[in-house]
Amino acid sequence: MNELNFVNQLSARGYSRRDFIKFCTVMAASMGLPLSAGEKIASAVESPTRPPVIWISGQGCTGCTESLLRTTHPTLEHLILDMISLDYNETLNAGAGHQAEKFMHDSIEKNSGKFVLVVEGSIPTKDGGIYCKVAGTPFVDIVKETAKKAAATIAIGSCASWGGIPSAEPNPTGAKGVKDVLPNATVMNIPGCPANPYNFTSAVAYFLTYNKLPELDSQARPKFAYSRLIHENCERRPHFDAGRFAEQFGDEGHRRGYCLYKLGCKGPVTYNNCSVLGFNDVGSWPVKTGHPCFGCSEEGVGFHIPQFVEANLQKESLFTPAATPANIEYQRGGNITATAAGLVGLAVGAAAGAGIVATRRLKSEEEAGNQ
Amino acid sequence: MTIKRREFLKATAAGGALMVTGTQSASASTAGEHIPPRAVGILYDSNLCIGCQACMTACKEANNMPPEHSGQRDTWDNPLDLSAKTLNVIKMYREGEDYAFIKRHCMHCLEPACVNACPVSALVKDRETGVVTYDASACIGCRYCQVACPYNVPKFEWDSPFPRIQKCQLCDHLYEEGRYSACCEVCPTGASLFGPVDKLKKEAERRLQMEPGKYYDFPVNHIEKGKTRRHEAKRYIPHIYGSEEVGGSQYMILSGTEFSKLGLPQLRDRSYVKDLEGIANTFYKYLIYPVAAFVGLAYLAKKRDHHE
Amino acid sequence: MSEAKPYGGRVLTIPFIVGLLVILVMFGFLVQRFLYGLGPVSGMNDGYPWGLWIAYDVNVGTAFACGGYAMAILIFIFNKFEYSPLLKPAILTSFLGYALAGFSIFFDIGRYWNMQNIFLPWHANVHSAMFEVALCIAAYCLVLLIETAPPFLQKFKLNNIEKKLNKVLFIFVALGMLLPTMHQSSLGSLMVLSGSKMSPLYWSQALPLFFLLAALLLGYTIVVFEATLSGVAFNNPSELNILKKLSAIIPWVVGIFLIIRLQDINARGALDAIFAGDLAGNFFILESLLLIAALALLIPAKNRADSRKVFWGAFCALLGAGLYRFNAYIIGFSPGNGWHYFPTTPEILITFGIIAIEILVFVWAVKRAPLMPFPGKKSQA
Repeated sequence: MNELNFVNQLSARGYSRRDFIKFCTVMAASMGLPLSAGEKIASAVESPTRPPVIWISGQGCTGCTESLLRTTHPTLEHLILDMISLDYNETLNAGAGHQAEKFMHDSIEKNSGKFVLVVEGSIPTKDGGIYCKVAGTPFVDIVKETAKKAAATIAIGSCASWGGIPSAEPNPTGAKGVKDVLPNATVMNIPGCPANPYNFTSAVAYFLTYNKLPELDSQARPKFAYSRLIHENCERRPHFDAGRFAEQFGDEGHRRGYCLYKLGCKGPVTYNNCSVLGFNDVGSWPVKTGHPCFGCSEEGVGFHIPQFVEANLQKESLFTPAATPANIEYQRGGNITATAAGLVGLAVGAAAGAGIVATRRLKSEEEAGNQ
Repeated sequence: MTIKRREFLKATAAGGALMVTGTQSASASTAGEHIPPRAVGILYDSNLCIGCQACMTACKEANNMPPEHSGQRDTWDNPLDLSAKTLNVIKMYREGEDYAFIKRHCMHCLEPACVNACPVSALVKDRETGVVTYDASACIGCRYCQVACPYNVPKFEWDSPFPRIQKCQLCDHLYEEGRYSACCEVCPTGASLFGPVDKLKKEAERRLQMEPGKYYDFPVNHIEKGKTRRHEAKRYIPHIYGSEEVGGSQYMILSGTEFSKLGLPQLRDRSYVKDLEGIANTFYKYLIYPVAAFVGLAYLAKKRDHHE
Repeated sequence: MSEAKPYGGRVLTIPFIVGLLVILVMFGFLVQRFLYGLGPVSGMNDGYPWGLWIAYDVNVGTAFACGGYAMAILIFIFNKFEYSPLLKPAILTSFLGYALAGFSIFFDIGRYWNMQNIFLPWHANVHSAMFEVALCIAAYCLVLLIETAPPFLQKFKLNNIEKKLNKVLFIFVALGMLLPTMHQSSLGSLMVLSGSKMSPLYWSQALPLFFLLAALLLGYTIVVFEATLSGVAFNNPSELNILKKLSAIIPWVVGIFLIIRLQDINARGALDAIFAGDLAGNFFILESLLLIAALALLIPAKNRADSRKVFWGAFCALLGAGLYRFNAYIIGFSPGNGWHYFPTTPEILITFGIIAIEILVFVWAVKRAPLMPFPGKKSQA
């Protein structure tokens, strides 16, 4: 039996091909692709000509890798990763040290122009990038060198996408995202802290199927996951629209699950699909547990704007009407200030006064004239 | 035999009722001035409206209008009424348990008072589509259009040193792209329906014939695109608002609640434009009277000169 | 008839300086209007887009300025040449009134830089009542300017120009009687269009006729009012006798006006609106009471021999007719839907400034130009 035969691998782990197709169909749907794309994805994943993936880590916490491991379509994920041939990942490598490095360099040479580079963690650039070195080489140089030979580069996590937590003020190491270090390369960002693993796997499956990256927005994030604000898909949105807010942790509103906007929720300024997809396969995400979103995936929001500063509502999402429309009629205009009323009175008085004075003099003049 | 007679009577009564309402709506469709050849408009059905206000958001987006904050917090776009920032507004009528929604914006009248009023032709009625449009480059800001409009539609930018008039223009800037009024594009129930005025009128009449409680197919978004949605018909006030009021308009309204309760003014059929045109024609047609008067007065003035 | 001559004397009196201060305040608020828009400075809103400036400065102001028009009709059509001495100051008041109404329009309209569009054929909408008003008022301002010129041409010793002008003056006199007939009635036509938003007491298809009658009435009464005041101020009782004759005409106009109005309201079945107790009804009663007071004061011939009763009678008619015109634009106009209006302090002060300009220029003209005959005074250079 050919160990690498996909169908055999599936059955060995107790999954029928039909289950696999179903999975690919769901993945297609989550990317906003037509259901028929599920078949295409399936055949792409099965195909033996899948490129290897080199996964390098910089100034990171490895949370994104851990996140990926927490996906509980268990064996299927491992299958996909296996079949993708994850040639190098510092967390998952069997070997270590020089042996691991050699394996990576060999794979890069052998698959030059065909492999997918995944970068996790931010890239320090200050002082020649000495604040993160792997095997003696500054990480910034590793990224530049490796990306040159890659077919595509994926930045997983906020750190790799735009600098993440190391880039918080005062950013002592000059931490930057991949796109800032590789201005001319084709980079796809999957921000998040950690990134939602399904955003990553879906994007990779898309790439395998269509041999190109999915549609990206102006910050190189896949639109299927990052085109809407958290606020647009939040389950507490009706509370926002109706003006029901939690004012403090533990208060009545908080217990009732009201909107967390006043507690500094950054949902209105953060693009991601956490509210839709959820994490850990139980659909949980911060707001659901009662903690306001802090915008971990959004550059300029996460780790930059303090938690309890209210989000500055922007135009696109936001200005939707409140839950209750306007009444048919309102009283407005016509405020009478005391000064204004006084002036009107003054005018009337002056005219009357002029008249009275005039007629008095008229009387005396006429009497003088008659004499 | 008895049964047959009863059935016959029932049928006659029903037919008679139909004829009465039928003639009512027929008369509604013959009212109104010259309707432009490709007149487009909107049919709004208050019975279908759920007050979701998607039309308001779509209008703001399509016309690049800013949000309007009437409450204490600036978290929503919640205008109280049409304004210089809001071209389309949903309002809610409430009385006890009773409620209904109404969508207010420019009526695009067949005899627009604003068009007659404007001294510089900043407001004009398109000859083909009948859309009443506004041209700020011509406008002098005299606000006569605001005085003239029976529906209080045109709004003014009071807080700007370079103020414009703002009103709905049926999204005519989108027609080129093959789109239509944004409010109708997003309406989920078909309450706001776009299309040629004659087709909308027929649809309105069809609805007035519907039996309350029965389910029918209602067109959604654009009456010619063929999409429909199944709804239960509710009781309608037997009148199409806008079919006759001050000469008729291209925005028509159906409702189960009395129109006056929804804030719609009760207007006569004859437009006030006709009254003014009558006066103008009587005194100024071809300037005959003014010229004759001038000649006579000049004679008298010259005579006085000699007398002096 | 004695010759017109300047009154002389000091122009910069205390009241004059107070007037200058009021004008200064006006300009301050006008700066605010041009920098920040109409909203911050006035109480006008989307329900009441026309406020004090249109309803008073333009609407009532031009009617007050119909002195010249009203007098010209008497003199030229009815050959009442004895009224001639009243003509020149009336024309000056007319010119000032119309010019200041034009100035008020300039700062009231929102997009003043497009003002010339009214006169451009490719923009002008000849069906618009506002177009007719604007064109007619502009033409009349020119006519008034020319008619006002003679005393000032004399003052500045431009006698040749004055002679040439006098030869063709009759054309302008004729225009000066035609144009106000047209635009004063059209000011009423303007409000015909908003019939659905007007009280039945103030809307009618005969609005142009009522506005014209009111303009005539205001023309006669303003002449009496202003001639009495200036006669007292400048120690010139000679004109008072002419005024007594003029006051005989006023009750006729008041009477015709009242009768036609009441019948018009009756014909539309709206008589009970008078006592409805609302704003429109109450102001109708006020304006009618003022007009009836004028009738009571001026109908008895004995009263018309008394300058005081003449003055008060004319004043009541002035207020009544002026109030009518104002009511037709503001009080009788109710857009519904919860809208209200009251002018703000800056709005009122700007109007005070306009009135101050009118009075101050008139006073300066009486003192410095040969405007009125002063029999007791010697001619001054």
